[in-house]
Amino acid sequence: MLVPISWIKDYVDIDIPVELLAEKLTVAGLEVVHLKYIGLPQAEVPGVRMPRSDHLVWDREKLLLARIVEVKTHPNADKLVLAMVDYGGDELEQCVTGASNLFEYKGQGEINPPIWGAFAMEGARVWDGHSDKPRLMTLKGKELRGIYNKSMVCSEKELGISDEHEGVIILDHEERYVAGAPLADILGDVVFDIEFTPNLARCFSMIGVAREVAAILGVEMRYPSFEFVAGGGPIEEQVKIDIREPELNPRFTLTLLRDTEVKPSPFWMRHRLRLIGQRPRNNIVDVTNYITFELGQPLHAFDYDKLLDRAGGPPTIITRLPEAGERLETLDGLARDLGVETILVADTAGALAIGGVMGGGETEISESTRNVLLEAAAWNNISVRKTIKEQRIHTEASARFSRGVHPSQSILGSSRGIELMRQLGGGTVAAGVVDAYPLRPETVTVAVPIERINALLGMDIEIDQAVDALRRLEFETRVSDDVIHATAPDHRLDISPDPVVGRADLLEEIARMLGYDRIPETIMADEMPPQRENTSVFIEERVRDILVGLGLYEVINYRFTNRETEAMLVPDGLPSSLPDAEYVEIVNPSASERNVLRHTLMANMLETAANNARYQKTQQLFEIGKVYLQRNAVLPEESMRLGILLTGARDQPTWRIGDAGDALDFYDLKGVIESLLGALHIDDFSYERATHSSFHPGRSANLLLRRVQVGAFGEIHPQVGQRFRLTDSKVFYAELEVAPLLRYQQRLHKIEPLLTTPAILEDIALIVDADVAANEVERVIRQAGGRLLKDVTLFDIYTGDPIPPGKKSLAYSLTYQDPERTLTDKNAARARKKIVGAARRRLRAELRS
Amino acid sequence: MSQTVEVLRHQALDKLDKTTDSDELAQWRSRYLGRKGAVGALFGTIGKLPKEERAAFGQQVNALQSELQKAFEEREQLIREQLLAQDLEEGEIDITLPAYPRQMGGLHPATRTHREFQTIWAEMGFQVYQSHDVEEDDFNFTLLNLPPHHPARDMQDTFYTTNPRVLLRTHTSPGQIRAMRELGEGGSKPIRVILPGMCYRQEQVTARSEIQFTQVEGLAIGRNIRMSDLKGTISEFAKRMFNTNAKVRYRASYFPFTEPSMEVDIECFLCDGEGCRVCKYTGWLEIAGSGMVHPTVLRNGGYDPSVWSGFAFGMGPERITMLKHGIQDIRYFWGNDLRFLKQF
Repeated sequence: MLVPISWIKDYVDIDIPVELLAEKLTVAGLEVVHLKYIGLPQAEVPGVRMPRSDHLVWDREKLLLARIVEVKTHPNADKLVLAMVDYGGDELEQCVTGASNLFEYKGQGEINPPIWGAFAMEGARVWDGHSDKPRLMTLKGKELRGIYNKSMVCSEKELGISDEHEGVIILDHEERYVAGAPLADILGDVVFDIEFTPNLARCFSMIGVAREVAAILGVEMRYPSFEFVAGGGPIEEQVKIDIREPELNPRFTLTLLRDTEVKPSPFWMRHRLRLIGQRPRNNIVDVTNYITFELGQPLHAFDYDKLLDRAGGPPTIITRLPEAGERLETLDGLARDLGVETILVADTAGALAIGGVMGGGETEISESTRNVLLEAAAWNNISVRKTIKEQRIHTEASARFSRGVHPSQSILGSSRGIELMRQLGGGTVAAGVVDAYPLRPETVTVAVPIERINALLGMDIEIDQAVDALRRLEFETRVSDDVIHATAPDHRLDISPDPVVGRADLLEEIARMLGYDRIPETIMADEMPPQRENTSVFIEERVRDILVGLGLYEVINYRFTNRETEAMLVPDGLPSSLPDAEYVEIVNPSASERNVLRHTLMANMLETAANNARYQKTQQLFEIGKVYLQRNAVLPEESMRLGILLTGARDQPTWRIGDAGDALDFYDLKGVIESLLGALHIDDFSYERATHSSFHPGRSANLLLRRVQVGAFGEIHPQVGQRFRLTDSKVFYAELEVAPLLRYQQRLHKIEPLLTTPAILEDIALIVDADVAANEVERVIRQAGGRLLKDVTLFDIYTGDPIPPGKKSLAYSLTYQDPERTLTDKNAARARKKIVGAARRRLRAELRS
Repeated sequence: MSQTVEVLRHQALDKLDKTTDSDELAQWRSRYLGRKGAVGALFGTIGKLPKEERAAFGQQVNALQSELQKAFEEREQLIREQLLAQDLEEGEIDITLPAYPRQMGGLHPATRTHREFQTIWAEMGFQVYQSHDVEEDDFNFTLLNLPPHHPARDMQDTFYTTNPRVLLRTHTSPGQIRAMRELGEGGSKPIRVILPGMCYRQEQVTARSEIQFTQVEGLAIGRNIRMSDLKGTISEFAKRMFNTNAKVRYRASYFPFTEPSMEVDIECFLCDGEGCRVCKYTGWLEIAGSGMVHPTVLRNGGYDPSVWSGFAFGMGPERITMLKHGIQDIRYFWGNDLRFLKQF
């Protein structure tokens, strides 16, 4: 909300720089996000930092309030006039101007009642009114169509108030105006832009902000008068109220102004409305807006004569829920279907307005309106919230009612509103107010011991300090036995009648008034909770470290995807291997391609790889993240997965090996997995040929821990790769469940002693059938080699001459070592003989010589 | 001296002088001093000599062996020195040639920041508590003092699922209720936890806003937890996280699940509070929302709010990472462009 300080000063005296005030409001929870300076200089306040403002500071000697005494015809130009201006000098100054709004005074002689303008003398700095871009200029004397001119009457644009440049500023006469007064004292201002959190509904007006200012500064509030001058007959005879849903409409008040004139508002009103971003319309509508912003109580004005016509006599205002199928054309010209919970203002002839939200077109104020019926009511904030959501209407009224306006404010709004309308438009106000108030909010009194306040604040304040803080905020307080009994003022709905919650409400107010900066900083002295072991966190982080150590980069993908993208993971004609579960589906996705939560990391990982492929020759990526499997429970199963993706060149190109390095392949991925398992000290793992349809059937495997499958890995099925635009190099991918890794990792693994006995190394090459699996051969060697065979490493695979067709040669280097003694060649020879024998028997292997 | 010995000696020393590197040296050594070398062969001839000559000959061969051994060692030393000198002289490489790149991996920046958070909070006794991403409306809102149609629900644009009771958590705060109920043992035990995790908001994805983001929430519950503890604890965190003695400013604010509530700003560490583009010339950076746990929330977690109190705070690691590294676009985080990830 835009808040001109000049307006706030109507209600509270401010004797500190506005910059400091902005800081104090911000710290007290009314965040001032911007200060707009009008004519006044920006002050440097120690300890307060503000963005430097580049506005025009009005020269107090050269920009003056001046009376426009007379407007004369320009002898040589129809589109110019001569404004004769009294700026406090010895003689009148003659300003040549084309301001359209001065033409109506042309040739009338002395203007009466007087009007006033913003006068700029020769040498004054102002904004160039004719420039599209902000440009400062200095006034210089020159001839305008034959008449010398060295000064001017200014538009709002020239002074930096607004972009208005159609006419010049014309102020209505006020007693306090003196010709030659510095303009900065009259129109100089600072406009705060304040953001309100939802709990600050009570502050959503000038008086609401002023109350906070008064409380923070510890000064008195100066409320405007809520009295009105009545001259007409009693209003009760002219209108009645029938509230049918007190829960939704706890209070409804009406006042009536007869024989008034609808016309433009005076300058001060138009100026204030424009400062806060509202467009002035006419005096009646302007007053409804003005009171909405001044008091936070929205008003609605009806053309009373139209109501008389509809009712065929004194109307009865009925607030009720809509009838089936009822519609209303609102002020914005839309015919609206009304939801069953929409509270309406109606008369006997039908709906007139949506309560607290927007009026109807038929009974609105027009230029011919003479008699005004003014509504000030209270509406249930939840009901208003539902309506504005349903109808998608946002008005200044609904903004306030949806946050909550205390019913006590209705009567203040009607009284002040009708009196202002009378002052601006004339006429006679009917005696009294029709006030239907079927549901009064309870008065809330909260008791809080000072000891509890201090215990929660962590400081030691006197009870008087706490009482003073509350009184400044207009709480009524009573103290007995070190307990404060505080009664909330009637503009507040946010103090809870629940004794414990109410205490927290008071604590917040006391703390705000004390200033959060005065609360000390302490180290918790409270009992330390029992500490637990966060195994899952430790191990998950350990997995990350291991994979980073292996040269992989961690990625974090969206957890959203869509069904079609995951369906791309299943090649044509193959069954899906994705989890058998429903999707968690978002009903209001931000984009349709992100409308479900993923079942697998695979699609996201492939997309990431495809996005990176343009810039990267090699990608080695992993992600640890959740997948969401909706089964029968209310909430989905959130299962942590590890995805690993390798693609591209194994080595970066260098000047040593050139650009022709090998591509990463299946065994690189297998190496990553085994290194990970090794580092987690998981020994009991095995592989079987994979059945996962997203992988190449011949180049993929399942990983089993303790003979239970925990994931699959291998080369991505070529068709899947193609669909994800990954065609330049083969993609190797693994997706594992994280929970089994956590379950089977060993943090208490035993460390092997370091052997000091010498080892014997020898090589052995076996010729076996080509389809014999390598791990089968190794297993036979290990079993036959027994205890002394410490290590078996495959170092060569060979086919072709002289190996017979259908056969292959596997060459192993074997390490024999005995922890206790030095082995002899004889020991090794014996072991070797056993190995060769076993290989012959079990694999039909021949020793290659 | 036997002529045979003398001939061999001459020949050997002559050849030794001609050796130039360690291979030739090794050859020379095996030829003359090896097991089957020339000197060894002379020893083999001893037995064929007349008895009276054997001793003298033996001595001569022994002497020859010692002499050759010594000459060998000297030569070896000499060659070693020559080679060293030569290597130092001529073995210069172009040190400006590009390095062979080593393949290094890296953690995602979000993980890095989370670890910093977790480490600092762990030192203060806050342990990690993990909770659901997909939550019940009750836990995300109602139990946190945000009943249906509460105005503050508008502060958070929520992703709803096809089950009207279920949504994507908009903040980590629902974990507060779950932690209290799980660890509080019916409201009888103190709690100190942090709740890190992914949160979701229905927004347009732009340089400034994302539909998923991580949050770290902290919660301390006890019989004697004070607002001053909240300030002290957060200030301590700020000191450790930003490694400065930057001033911390506490502003009154509003969160439905805390009261009193406050925003925490630290003096901008990029400009030392002088005002810069990042802090929008205010000198302050907003780093956390916090407050005393609302009595209703304590109650919903199983605690008696007239006896127990607590504080809670929430922070956005991505925002802090962006501030620290001058990252302009929040979409970089889940974009996973390796050109971005490799910069950490």
